[in-house]
Amino acid sequence: MTQQEALFEYCLRLGDNGLILGHRLSEWCGHGPILEEDIALTNIALDLIGQCRMALSYAGTVEGKNRSEDDLAYLRDVYEFRNVLLVEQPNGHYGDTITRQFLFDAFNFALHQRLQFSSDEHIVAYARKAIKEITYHARHSSEWMIRLGDGTEESHNKVQESLNDLWMYTGEMFESDEVDQLMVDAGVGVDLKIVKQQWDDSVGTVLAEATLTQPEDGWMQSGGKKGTHSEKLGFLLAEMQFMQRAYPGATW
Amino acid sequence: MENLTREKEFQAKLDREVKIEPKDWMPDAYRKTLIRQISQHAHSEIVGMLPEGNWITRAPNLRRKAALLAKVQDEAGHGLYLYSAAETLGVDRIDLEEQLLDGTAKYSSIFNYPTQTWADIGAIGWLVDGAAILNQVPLCRTSYGPYARAMVRVCKEESFHQRQGYEIIMTLAQGNEAQKKLAQDALNRWWWPALMMFGPSDDNSKHSAQSMAWKIKRFSNDYLRQDFVDRTVPQAEYIGLSVPDKDLKWNDERGHYDFGPINWEEFYNVIKGNGPCNRQRLKTRNASFKAGAWVREAASAYADKKASRKEVAA
Repeated sequence: MTQQEALFEYCLRLGDNGLILGHRLSEWCGHGPILEEDIALTNIALDLIGQCRMALSYAGTVEGKNRSEDDLAYLRDVYEFRNVLLVEQPNGHYGDTITRQFLFDAFNFALHQRLQFSSDEHIVAYARKAIKEITYHARHSSEWMIRLGDGTEESHNKVQESLNDLWMYTGEMFESDEVDQLMVDAGVGVDLKIVKQQWDDSVGTVLAEATLTQPEDGWMQSGGKKGTHSEKLGFLLAEMQFMQRAYPGATW
Repeated sequence: MENLTREKEFQAKLDREVKIEPKDWMPDAYRKTLIRQISQHAHSEIVGMLPEGNWITRAPNLRRKAALLAKVQDEAGHGLYLYSAAETLGVDRIDLEEQLLDGTAKYSSIFNYPTQTWADIGAIGWLVDGAAILNQVPLCRTSYGPYARAMVRVCKEESFHQRQGYEIIMTLAQGNEAQKKLAQDALNRWWWPALMMFGPSDDNSKHSAQSMAWKIKRFSNDYLRQDFVDRTVPQAEYIGLSVPDKDLKWNDERGHYDFGPINWEEFYNVIKGNGPCNRQRLKTRNASFKAGAWVREAASAYADKKASRKEVAA
Protein backbone atom coordinates (compact mmCIF):
# COMPACT_ATOMS: atom_id res chain seq x y z
CA MET A 1 0.00 0.00 0.00
CA THR A 2 1.38 3.39 -0.97
CA GLN A 3 1.15 6.38 1.27
CA GLN A 4 -1.30 7.96 -1.13
CA GLU A 5 -3.58 4.92 -0.95
CA ALA A 6 -3.36 4.93 2.82
CA LEU A 7 -4.22 8.63 2.96
CA PHE A 8 -7.23 8.04 0.72
CA GLU A 9 -8.44 5.26 3.03
CA TYR A 10 -7.74 7.38 6.09
CA CYS A 11 -9.84 10.27 4.74
CA LEU A 12 -12.64 7.90 3.76
CA ARG A 13 -12.77 6.62 7.32
CA LEU A 14 -13.01 10.15 8.69
CA GLY A 15 -15.59 11.16 6.11
CA ASP A 16 -17.71 8.04 6.34
CA ASN A 17 -17.93 8.21 10.12
CA GLY A 18 -19.32 11.73 9.80
CA LEU A 19 -21.62 10.86 6.94
CA ILE A 20 -23.21 7.78 8.46
CA LEU A 21 -23.56 9.16 11.98
CA GLY A 22 -24.83 12.49 10.63
CA HIS A 23 -27.38 10.61 8.55
CA ARG A 24 -28.51 8.57 11.54
CA LEU A 25 -28.94 11.69 13.65
CA SER A 26 -30.88 13.39 10.89
CA GLU A 27 -33.42 10.56 11.11
CA TRP A 28 -34.41 12.09 14.47
CA CYS A 29 -35.41 15.38 12.90
CA GLY A 30 -38.87 16.31 14.17
CA HIS A 31 -39.08 13.27 16.46
CA GLY A 32 -36.94 14.32 19.42
CA PRO A 33 -38.12 13.97 23.03
CA ILE A 34 -38.13 17.74 23.46
CA LEU A 35 -37.84 20.63 21.01
CA GLU A 36 -34.42 21.71 22.33
CA GLU A 37 -33.09 18.24 21.57
CA ASP A 38 -34.52 18.31 18.07
CA ILE A 39 -32.46 21.41 17.55
CA ALA A 40 -29.35 19.95 19.19
CA LEU A 41 -29.43 16.67 17.25
CA THR A 42 -30.05 18.46 13.97
CA ASN A 43 -27.19 20.78 14.73
CA ILE A 44 -24.82 17.91 15.46
CA ALA A 45 -25.96 16.12 12.31
CA LEU A 46 -25.23 19.27 10.35
CA ASP A 47 -21.72 19.54 11.82
CA LEU A 48 -21.00 15.91 11.01
CA ILE A 49 -22.20 16.26 7.43
CA GLY A 50 -20.02 19.36 7.10
CA GLN A 51 -16.99 17.47 8.42
CA CYS A 52 -17.75 14.58 6.10
CA ARG A 53 -17.83 16.92 3.10
CA MET A 54 -14.36 18.27 3.88
CA ALA A 55 -12.94 14.80 4.43
CA LEU A 56 -14.56 13.21 1.37
CA SER A 57 -13.60 16.10 -0.91
CA TYR A 58 -10.02 15.73 0.20
CA ALA A 59 -10.24 11.94 -0.22
CA GLY A 60 -11.33 12.53 -3.82
CA THR A 61 -8.40 14.87 -4.42
CA VAL A 62 -5.93 12.42 -2.90
CA GLU A 63 -7.30 9.57 -4.96
CA GLY A 64 -6.87 11.59 -8.14
CA LYS A 65 -9.68 9.92 -10.08
CA ASN A 66 -11.88 12.95 -10.25
CA ARG A 67 -14.44 11.65 -7.74
CA SER A 68 -16.32 14.39 -5.90
CA GLU A 69 -17.68 14.32 -2.34
CA ASP A 70 -21.04 13.34 -3.83
CA ASP A 71 -19.60 10.57 -6.00
CA LEU A 72 -18.03 9.11 -2.89
CA ALA A 73 -21.10 9.52 -0.70
CA TYR A 74 -23.75 8.45 -3.19
CA LEU A 75 -22.14 6.08 -5.62
CA ARG A 76 -20.31 3.58 -3.44
CA ASP A 77 -21.86 0.36 -2.22
CA VAL A 78 -21.74 -1.05 1.32
CA TYR A 79 -18.41 -2.87 0.97
CA GLU A 80 -16.71 0.37 -0.04
CA PHE A 81 -17.75 2.25 3.09
CA ARG A 82 -15.11 2.67 5.81
CA ASN A 83 -17.06 3.89 8.83
CA VAL A 84 -16.81 2.06 12.14
CA LEU A 85 -19.71 -0.26 12.96
CA LEU A 86 -20.71 1.84 15.97
CA VAL A 87 -21.98 4.77 13.91
CA GLU A 88 -24.22 2.71 11.65
CA GLN A 89 -26.13 1.16 14.54
CA PRO A 90 -29.81 2.13 14.38
CA ASN A 91 -31.08 5.02 16.50
CA GLY A 92 -33.19 2.87 18.84
CA HIS A 93 -34.60 4.98 21.67
CA TYR A 94 -33.13 8.26 22.77
CA GLY A 95 -30.82 6.55 25.27
CA ASP A 96 -29.42 4.30 22.54
CA THR A 97 -28.76 7.32 20.34
CA ILE A 98 -27.10 9.29 23.13
CA THR A 99 -24.95 6.34 24.18
CA ARG A 100 -23.80 5.72 20.61
CA GLN A 101 -23.01 9.41 20.31
CA PHE A 102 -21.21 9.59 23.64
CA LEU A 103 -18.97 6.60 22.90
CA PHE A 104 -18.13 7.99 19.48
CA ASP A 105 -17.72 11.65 20.53
CA ALA A 106 -15.12 10.74 23.15
CA PHE A 107 -13.14 8.93 20.43
CA ASN A 108 -13.69 11.62 17.83
CA PHE A 109 -12.62 14.34 20.24
CA ALA A 110 -9.34 12.65 21.19
CA LEU A 111 -8.65 11.87 17.55
CA HIS A 112 -9.31 15.34 16.18
CA GLN A 113 -7.43 17.06 18.98
CA ARG A 114 -4.31 15.35 17.65
CA LEU A 115 -5.17 15.63 13.98
CA GLN A 116 -4.74 19.38 14.42
CA PHE A 117 -1.00 18.69 14.55
CA SER A 118 -0.91 16.47 11.47
CA SER A 119 1.88 16.95 8.94
CA ASP A 120 -0.79 17.25 6.24
CA GLU A 121 -2.07 20.82 6.02
CA HIS A 122 -5.46 19.80 4.63
CA ILE A 123 -6.03 17.52 7.59
CA VAL A 124 -4.93 20.33 9.92
CA ALA A 125 -7.45 22.77 8.44
CA TYR A 126 -10.19 20.16 8.60
CA ALA A 127 -9.37 19.16 12.18
CA ARG A 128 -9.18 22.73 13.44
CA LYS A 129 -12.68 23.41 12.22
CA ALA A 130 -14.01 20.05 13.37
CA ILE A 131 -12.58 20.12 16.89
CA LYS A 132 -14.64 23.17 17.85
CA GLU A 133 -17.80 21.33 16.84
CA ILE A 134 -16.80 17.99 18.36
CA THR A 135 -16.02 19.70 21.67
CA TYR A 136 -19.66 20.75 21.81
CA HIS A 137 -20.87 17.31 20.71
CA ALA A 138 -18.89 15.58 23.45
CA ARG A 139 -20.19 17.98 26.07
CA HIS A 140 -23.76 17.51 24.91
CA SER A 141 -23.66 13.70 24.89
CA SER A 142 -21.74 13.52 28.20
CA GLU A 143 -24.31 15.74 29.89
CA TRP A 144 -27.12 13.57 28.62
CA MET A 145 -25.37 10.37 29.72
CA ILE A 146 -25.21 11.84 33.22
CA ARG A 147 -28.81 13.04 33.14
CA LEU A 148 -30.13 9.71 31.95
CA GLY A 149 -27.82 7.61 34.10
CA ASP A 150 -28.48 9.60 37.27
CA GLY A 151 -32.07 10.58 36.41
CA THR A 152 -34.84 8.10 37.22
CA GLU A 153 -34.60 4.37 37.80
CA GLU A 154 -36.19 3.81 34.40
CA SER A 155 -33.73 6.06 32.58
CA HIS A 156 -30.81 4.52 34.46
CA ASN A 157 -31.84 0.99 33.47
CA LYS A 158 -32.52 1.96 29.90
CA VAL A 159 -29.22 3.71 29.31
CA GLN A 160 -27.28 0.98 31.14
CA GLU A 161 -28.76 -1.48 28.68
CA SER A 162 -27.83 0.79 25.76
CA LEU A 163 -24.28 0.86 27.07
CA ASN A 164 -24.16 -2.92 27.46
CA ASP A 165 -25.53 -3.38 23.93
CA LEU A 166 -23.15 -0.96 22.24
CA TRP A 167 -19.98 -1.73 24.14
CA MET A 168 -18.93 -4.47 21.74
CA TYR A 169 -18.64 -1.87 18.97
CA THR A 170 -16.14 0.32 20.83
CA GLY A 171 -13.04 -1.81 20.28
CA GLU A 172 -12.96 -1.30 16.55
CA MET A 173 -12.34 2.44 16.88
CA PHE A 174 -8.90 1.74 18.35
CA GLU A 175 -7.84 -1.13 16.12
CA SER A 176 -4.75 -0.12 14.23
CA ASP A 177 -4.07 -1.62 10.83
CA GLU A 178 -1.69 -0.96 7.97
CA VAL A 179 -3.49 2.25 7.00
CA ASP A 180 -3.25 3.66 10.52
CA GLN A 181 0.37 2.62 10.85
CA LEU A 182 1.42 4.18 7.54
CA MET A 183 -0.35 7.40 8.52
CA VAL A 184 1.27 7.49 11.96
CA ASP A 185 4.68 6.87 10.41
CA ALA A 186 4.13 9.74 7.96
CA GLY A 187 3.10 12.05 10.79
CA VAL A 188 -0.31 12.46 9.14
CA GLY A 189 -2.45 10.27 11.39
CA VAL A 190 -2.83 9.65 15.08
CA ASP A 191 -1.57 6.79 17.25
CA LEU A 192 -4.78 5.07 18.32
CA LYS A 193 -3.17 3.75 21.52
CA ILE A 194 -2.96 7.33 22.77
CA VAL A 195 -6.52 8.00 21.64
CA LYS A 196 -7.62 4.90 23.56
CA GLN A 197 -5.97 6.07 26.79
CA GLN A 198 -7.72 9.41 26.60
CA TRP A 199 -10.99 7.73 25.68
CA ASP A 200 -10.73 5.38 28.69
CA ASP A 201 -10.21 8.34 31.00
CA SER A 202 -12.99 10.52 29.68
CA VAL A 203 -15.52 7.73 29.28
CA GLY A 204 -14.70 6.35 32.74
CA THR A 205 -15.14 9.74 34.38
CA VAL A 206 -18.53 10.41 32.77
CA LEU A 207 -19.86 6.91 33.40
CA ALA A 208 -18.90 7.18 37.09
CA GLU A 209 -20.72 10.50 37.41
CA ALA A 210 -23.67 8.99 35.56
CA THR A 211 -23.72 6.13 38.14
CA LEU A 212 -23.45 3.68 35.25
CA THR A 213 -21.40 0.49 35.25
CA GLN A 214 -18.74 0.30 32.59
CA PRO A 215 -19.14 -3.05 30.81
CA GLU A 216 -16.26 -5.51 30.77
CA ASP A 217 -14.26 -5.56 27.55
CA GLY A 218 -15.45 -8.81 25.97
CA TRP A 219 -15.38 -9.86 22.34
CA MET A 220 -15.33 -6.78 20.13
CA GLN A 221 -17.07 -6.60 16.77
CA SER A 222 -15.03 -5.23 13.94
CA GLY A 223 -14.93 -4.90 10.17
CA GLY A 224 -16.40 -1.50 9.34
CA LYS A 225 -13.04 0.17 8.78
CA LYS A 226 -12.28 -2.45 6.14
CA GLY A 227 -15.72 -2.52 4.52
CA THR A 228 -17.48 -5.36 6.33
CA HIS A 229 -20.69 -3.96 7.74
CA SER A 230 -23.97 -4.88 9.42
CA GLU A 231 -27.13 -5.57 7.42
CA LYS A 232 -28.42 -2.17 8.48
CA LEU A 233 -26.01 -0.11 6.41
CA GLY A 234 -27.45 -1.30 3.09
CA PHE A 235 -30.87 0.08 3.97
CA LEU A 236 -29.38 3.36 5.08
CA LEU A 237 -27.58 3.66 1.73
CA ALA A 238 -30.66 2.62 -0.22
CA GLU A 239 -32.48 5.56 1.30
CA MET A 240 -29.63 8.04 1.18
CA GLN A 241 -28.58 7.23 -2.39
CA PHE A 242 -32.07 6.94 -3.88
CA MET A 243 -32.01 10.16 -5.91
CA GLN A 244 -28.54 9.65 -7.35
CA ARG A 245 -29.41 6.09 -8.30
CA ALA A 246 -32.83 6.92 -9.73
CA TYR A 247 -31.64 9.91 -11.77
CA PRO A 248 -28.05 9.08 -12.73
CA GLY A 249 -25.87 11.97 -13.78
CA ALA A 250 -28.39 14.72 -13.01
CA THR A 251 -27.36 17.99 -11.38
CA TRP A 252 -29.19 19.00 -8.23
CA MET B 1 -66.22 52.08 33.75
CA GLU B 2 -62.55 51.68 34.60
CA ASN B 3 -62.22 48.99 31.95
CA LEU B 4 -63.81 51.20 29.36
CA THR B 5 -61.27 53.95 30.03
CA ARG B 6 -58.47 51.41 29.91
CA GLU B 7 -59.70 50.07 26.63
CA LYS B 8 -59.83 53.55 25.19
CA GLU B 9 -56.31 54.22 26.35
CA PHE B 10 -55.24 50.90 24.90
CA GLN B 11 -56.74 51.67 21.51
CA ALA B 12 -55.22 55.16 21.60
CA LYS B 13 -51.81 53.59 22.19
CA LEU B 14 -52.31 51.29 19.22
CA ASP B 15 -53.36 54.20 17.09
CA ARG B 16 -50.15 56.01 18.03
CA GLU B 17 -48.27 52.84 16.97
CA VAL B 18 -46.90 52.30 20.47
CA LYS B 19 -46.01 48.63 21.02
CA ILE B 20 -47.84 46.71 23.72
CA GLU B 21 -45.41 45.00 26.11
CA PRO B 22 -46.03 41.95 28.38
CA LYS B 23 -46.62 43.98 31.56
CA ASP B 24 -48.95 46.51 29.94
CA TRP B 25 -52.68 46.26 30.46
CA MET B 26 -54.47 44.65 27.52
CA PRO B 27 -58.03 43.47 26.87
CA ASP B 28 -58.53 39.76 27.56
CA ALA B 29 -59.68 39.17 24.02
CA TYR B 30 -56.52 40.79 22.64
CA ARG B 31 -54.44 38.52 24.86
CA LYS B 32 -56.42 35.46 23.80
CA THR B 33 -56.19 36.33 20.11
CA LEU B 34 -52.43 36.71 20.37
CA ILE B 35 -51.98 33.47 22.30
CA ARG B 36 -54.03 31.68 19.66
CA GLN B 37 -52.19 33.24 16.75
CA ILE B 38 -48.64 32.97 18.13
CA SER B 39 -49.10 29.41 19.33
CA GLN B 40 -50.65 28.38 16.01
CA HIS B 41 -47.65 29.88 14.32
CA ALA B 42 -45.29 27.98 16.64
CA HIS B 43 -47.19 24.74 16.07
CA SER B 44 -46.94 25.28 12.32
CA GLU B 45 -43.17 25.50 12.57
CA ILE B 46 -43.06 22.27 14.58
CA VAL B 47 -45.43 20.29 12.36
CA GLY B 48 -43.71 21.81 9.34
CA MET B 49 -40.53 19.97 10.32
CA LEU B 50 -42.21 16.67 9.40
CA PRO B 51 -42.88 17.06 5.66
CA GLU B 52 -39.44 18.58 5.12
CA GLY B 53 -37.67 16.23 7.50
CA ASN B 54 -39.14 13.51 5.30
CA TRP B 55 -36.52 14.37 2.66
CA ILE B 56 -33.41 15.02 4.75
CA THR B 57 -32.36 11.39 4.56
CA ARG B 58 -32.93 11.34 0.77
CA ALA B 59 -31.59 14.75 -0.28
CA PRO B 60 -29.86 14.32 -3.63
CA ASN B 61 -26.41 15.57 -2.64
CA LEU B 62 -24.47 16.60 0.44
CA ARG B 63 -24.87 20.32 -0.15
CA ARG B 64 -28.66 19.98 -0.33
CA LYS B 65 -28.69 17.66 2.64
CA ALA B 66 -26.79 20.18 4.76
CA ALA B 67 -28.99 23.06 3.58
CA LEU B 68 -32.18 21.17 4.35
CA LEU B 69 -30.91 20.17 7.79
CA ALA B 70 -30.10 23.82 8.47
CA LYS B 71 -33.53 24.89 7.27
CA VAL B 72 -35.41 22.44 9.44
CA GLN B 73 -33.22 23.44 12.36
CA ASP B 74 -34.20 27.07 11.74
CA GLU B 75 -37.82 26.05 11.87
CA ALA B 76 -37.41 24.31 15.21
CA GLY B 77 -35.72 27.50 16.39
CA HIS B 78 -38.66 29.59 15.18
CA GLY B 79 -40.99 27.30 17.08
CA LEU B 80 -38.92 27.78 20.20
CA TYR B 81 -38.90 31.55 20.19
CA LEU B 82 -42.51 31.83 19.16
CA TYR B 83 -43.45 29.65 22.13
CA SER B 84 -41.34 31.99 24.26
CA ALA B 85 -43.19 35.00 22.83
CA ALA B 86 -46.50 33.28 23.67
CA GLU B 87 -45.26 32.60 27.21
CA THR B 88 -44.88 36.36 27.79
CA LEU B 89 -48.69 36.43 27.65
CA GLY B 90 -48.95 34.20 30.72
CA VAL B 91 -49.31 30.70 29.24
CA ASP B 92 -47.00 27.71 29.58
CA ARG B 93 -45.38 26.11 26.58
CA ILE B 94 -46.30 22.65 27.79
CA ASP B 95 -50.00 23.60 27.81
CA LEU B 96 -49.74 24.94 24.30
CA GLU B 97 -47.95 21.81 23.16
CA GLU B 98 -50.66 19.70 24.68
CA GLN B 99 -53.27 21.61 22.72
CA LEU B 100 -51.38 20.71 19.58
CA LEU B 101 -51.15 17.07 20.57
CA ASP B 102 -54.81 16.65 21.49
CA GLY B 103 -55.88 18.33 18.27
CA THR B 104 -57.59 21.36 19.83
CA ALA B 105 -55.02 23.81 18.50
CA LYS B 106 -54.67 24.51 14.81
CA TYR B 107 -51.55 24.77 12.72
CA SER B 108 -51.03 25.77 9.11
CA SER B 109 -53.04 23.37 6.95
CA ILE B 110 -50.39 23.36 4.28
CA PHE B 111 -48.38 20.85 6.32
CA ASN B 112 -51.18 18.34 5.97
CA TYR B 113 -50.11 17.82 2.38
CA PRO B 114 -47.47 15.16 1.69
CA THR B 115 -43.98 15.71 0.27
CA GLN B 116 -43.87 12.95 -2.30
CA THR B 117 -40.80 13.91 -4.35
CA TRP B 118 -37.62 15.92 -3.85
CA ALA B 119 -39.17 18.71 -5.93
CA ASP B 120 -41.67 19.24 -3.11
CA ILE B 121 -38.81 20.51 -0.96
CA GLY B 122 -38.18 23.17 -3.58
CA ALA B 123 -41.89 23.94 -3.89
CA ILE B 124 -42.29 24.30 -0.14
CA GLY B 125 -39.42 26.75 0.03
CA TRP B 126 -40.51 28.73 -2.99
CA LEU B 127 -44.30 28.74 -2.56
CA VAL B 128 -45.05 27.90 1.06
CA ASP B 129 -42.27 29.98 2.57
CA GLY B 130 -42.95 32.61 -0.06
CA ALA B 131 -46.60 32.83 1.02
CA ALA B 132 -45.62 32.70 4.67
CA ILE B 133 -43.27 35.65 4.25
CA LEU B 134 -46.03 37.82 2.80
CA ASN B 135 -48.14 36.96 5.82
CA GLN B 136 -45.27 37.45 8.19
CA VAL B 137 -43.43 40.56 7.06
CA PRO B 138 -46.30 42.78 8.23
CA LEU B 139 -46.15 40.95 11.57
CA CYS B 140 -42.74 42.55 12.20
CA ARG B 141 -44.84 45.68 12.82
CA THR B 142 -47.58 43.93 14.74
CA SER B 143 -48.77 45.71 17.87
CA TYR B 144 -47.49 43.20 20.43
CA GLY B 145 -43.77 43.87 21.04
CA PRO B 146 -42.39 40.36 21.74
CA TYR B 147 -44.24 38.91 18.74
CA ALA B 148 -43.05 41.69 16.45
CA ARG B 149 -39.44 41.21 17.55
CA ALA B 150 -39.60 37.43 17.16
CA MET B 151 -40.96 37.93 13.65
CA VAL B 152 -38.02 40.10 12.58
CA ARG B 153 -35.70 37.15 13.02
CA VAL B 154 -38.17 34.63 11.59
CA CYS B 155 -38.62 36.72 8.44
CA LYS B 156 -34.90 37.04 7.79
CA GLU B 157 -34.51 33.28 7.86
CA GLU B 158 -37.70 32.59 5.92
CA SER B 159 -36.63 34.85 3.12
CA PHE B 160 -33.38 32.89 2.86
CA HIS B 161 -35.43 29.67 2.76
CA GLN B 162 -37.62 31.06 0.01
CA ARG B 163 -34.63 31.86 -2.21
CA GLN B 164 -33.16 28.46 -1.48
CA GLY B 165 -36.44 26.75 -2.44
CA TYR B 166 -36.70 28.69 -5.67
CA GLU B 167 -33.13 27.74 -6.47
CA ILE B 168 -33.96 24.05 -5.98
CA ILE B 169 -36.92 24.33 -8.35
CA MET B 170 -34.93 26.36 -10.85
CA THR B 171 -32.20 23.72 -10.90
CA LEU B 172 -34.84 21.09 -11.66
CA ALA B 173 -36.60 23.21 -14.26
CA GLN B 174 -33.28 23.70 -16.04
CA GLY B 175 -32.31 20.05 -15.68
CA ASN B 176 -33.14 17.01 -17.78
CA GLU B 177 -36.65 16.00 -18.88
CA ALA B 178 -37.29 13.89 -15.78
CA GLN B 179 -36.25 16.75 -13.52
CA LYS B 180 -38.50 19.20 -15.38
CA LYS B 181 -41.41 16.84 -14.81
CA LEU B 182 -40.63 16.70 -11.11
CA ALA B 183 -40.67 20.50 -10.93
CA GLN B 184 -43.94 20.90 -12.85
CA ASP B 185 -45.64 18.15 -10.86
CA ALA B 186 -44.68 19.84 -7.60
CA LEU B 187 -45.98 23.22 -8.79
CA ASN B 188 -49.25 21.56 -9.87
CA ARG B 189 -49.78 20.08 -6.45
CA TRP B 190 -48.61 23.03 -4.26
CA TRP B 191 -50.01 26.02 -6.14
CA TRP B 192 -53.58 25.94 -4.86
CA PRO B 193 -52.77 24.91 -1.30
CA ALA B 194 -50.27 27.80 -1.24
CA LEU B 195 -53.02 30.25 -2.26
CA MET B 196 -55.19 28.83 0.50
CA MET B 197 -52.51 29.69 3.04
CA PHE B 198 -53.78 33.28 3.11
CA GLY B 199 -56.99 32.08 4.68
CA PRO B 200 -60.64 32.54 3.75
CA SER B 201 -61.62 35.45 1.53
CA ASP B 202 -62.16 38.71 3.38
CA ASP B 203 -65.93 38.44 3.63
CA ASN B 204 -65.62 35.00 5.28
CA SER B 205 -62.75 35.66 7.66
CA LYS B 206 -64.13 35.64 11.19
CA HIS B 207 -61.12 37.05 13.05
CA SER B 208 -59.92 39.59 10.51
CA ALA B 209 -61.77 42.81 11.35
CA GLN B 210 -60.94 42.82 15.04
CA SER B 211 -57.33 41.81 14.38
CA MET B 212 -56.98 44.69 11.93
CA ALA B 213 -58.36 47.14 14.50
CA TRP B 214 -55.91 45.85 17.08
CA LYS B 215 -53.13 46.17 14.55
CA ILE B 216 -52.20 42.54 15.02
CA LYS B 217 -53.01 42.06 11.38
CA ARG B 218 -52.05 44.71 8.86
CA PHE B 219 -53.37 43.57 5.48
CA SER B 220 -56.42 41.55 4.47
CA ASN B 221 -56.23 37.92 3.31
CA ASP B 222 -57.32 38.73 -0.24
CA TYR B 223 -54.88 41.62 -0.55
CA LEU B 224 -51.97 39.38 0.46
CA ARG B 225 -53.14 36.52 -1.79
CA GLN B 226 -53.23 38.84 -4.80
CA ASP B 227 -49.77 40.12 -3.92
CA PHE B 228 -48.51 36.53 -3.81
CA VAL B 229 -49.97 35.67 -7.21
CA ASP B 230 -48.55 38.85 -8.75
CA ARG B 231 -45.07 38.09 -7.44
CA THR B 232 -45.02 34.36 -8.08
CA VAL B 233 -46.45 33.98 -11.59
CA PRO B 234 -43.49 35.79 -13.23
CA GLN B 235 -41.11 33.60 -11.20
CA ALA B 236 -42.77 30.48 -12.58
CA GLU B 237 -42.70 31.84 -16.13
CA TYR B 238 -39.04 32.77 -15.81
CA ILE B 239 -38.06 29.16 -15.23
CA GLY B 240 -40.49 27.78 -17.81
CA LEU B 241 -43.09 26.25 -15.53
CA SER B 242 -46.81 26.75 -16.02
CA VAL B 243 -49.13 27.71 -13.21
CA PRO B 244 -52.01 25.22 -13.02
CA ASP B 245 -54.83 27.73 -13.44
CA LYS B 246 -56.59 28.08 -16.80
CA ASP B 247 -58.19 31.35 -15.69
CA LEU B 248 -54.92 32.98 -14.88
CA LYS B 249 -54.24 36.09 -16.97
CA TRP B 250 -52.82 39.56 -16.57
CA ASN B 251 -55.47 42.25 -16.13
CA ASP B 252 -54.10 45.54 -17.42
CA GLU B 253 -56.90 47.56 -15.97
CA ARG B 254 -56.46 46.26 -12.42
CA GLY B 255 -52.69 46.02 -12.72
CA HIS B 256 -52.94 42.53 -11.26
CA TYR B 257 -53.30 38.93 -12.37
CA ASP B 258 -56.83 37.57 -12.41
CA PHE B 259 -56.95 34.03 -11.15
CA GLY B 260 -59.49 31.22 -10.95
CA PRO B 261 -61.73 30.30 -8.03
CA ILE B 262 -60.20 28.59 -5.01
CA ASN B 263 -61.62 25.25 -3.95
CA TRP B 264 -62.88 26.32 -0.54
CA GLU B 265 -64.42 22.93 0.06
CA GLU B 266 -60.96 21.43 0.05
CA PHE B 267 -59.68 24.24 2.29
CA TYR B 268 -62.36 23.69 4.96
CA ASN B 269 -61.99 19.94 4.75
CA VAL B 270 -58.26 20.06 5.41
CA ILE B 271 -58.89 22.44 8.33
CA LYS B 272 -61.47 20.03 9.70
CA GLY B 273 -58.91 17.25 9.71
CA ASN B 274 -59.61 15.57 6.39
CA GLY B 275 -56.37 16.51 4.65
CA PRO B 276 -54.12 13.77 3.30
CA CYS B 277 -51.80 13.86 6.34
CA ASN B 278 -53.74 15.42 9.25
CA ARG B 279 -54.03 12.19 11.19
CA GLN B 280 -50.53 11.09 10.39
CA ARG B 281 -48.95 14.39 11.49
CA LEU B 282 -50.74 14.38 14.82
CA LYS B 283 -50.02 10.72 15.38
CA THR B 284 -46.35 11.29 14.69
CA ARG B 285 -46.18 14.24 17.08
CA ASN B 286 -48.00 12.26 19.76
CA ALA B 287 -45.78 9.22 19.29
CA SER B 288 -42.60 11.32 19.66
CA PHE B 289 -43.98 13.06 22.72
CA LYS B 290 -44.92 9.77 24.33
CA ALA B 291 -41.65 8.08 23.42
CA GLY B 292 -39.76 11.01 24.94
CA ALA B 293 -41.63 11.05 28.26
CA TRP B 294 -39.01 9.01 30.14
CA VAL B 295 -36.26 11.31 28.82
CA ARG B 296 -38.02 14.45 30.04
CA GLU B 297 -38.73 12.80 33.40
CA ALA B 298 -35.07 11.82 33.73
CA ALA B 299 -33.93 15.35 32.89
CA SER B 300 -36.18 16.91 35.48
CA ALA B 301 -35.35 14.26 38.12
CA TYR B 302 -31.67 14.91 37.56
CA ALA B 303 -32.15 18.68 37.75
CA ASP B 304 -33.96 18.24 41.08
CA LYS B 305 -31.21 16.01 42.44
CA LYS B 306 -28.58 18.46 41.38
CA ALA B 307 -30.42 21.37 42.99
CA SER B 308 -30.87 19.54 46.28
CA ARG B 309 -27.21 18.44 46.31
CA LYS B 310 -26.26 22.08 45.87
CA GLU B 311 -28.49 23.04 48.78
CA VAL B 312 -26.89 20.40 50.99
CA ALA B 313 -23.44 21.59 49.99
CA ALA B 314 -24.37 25.18 50.79
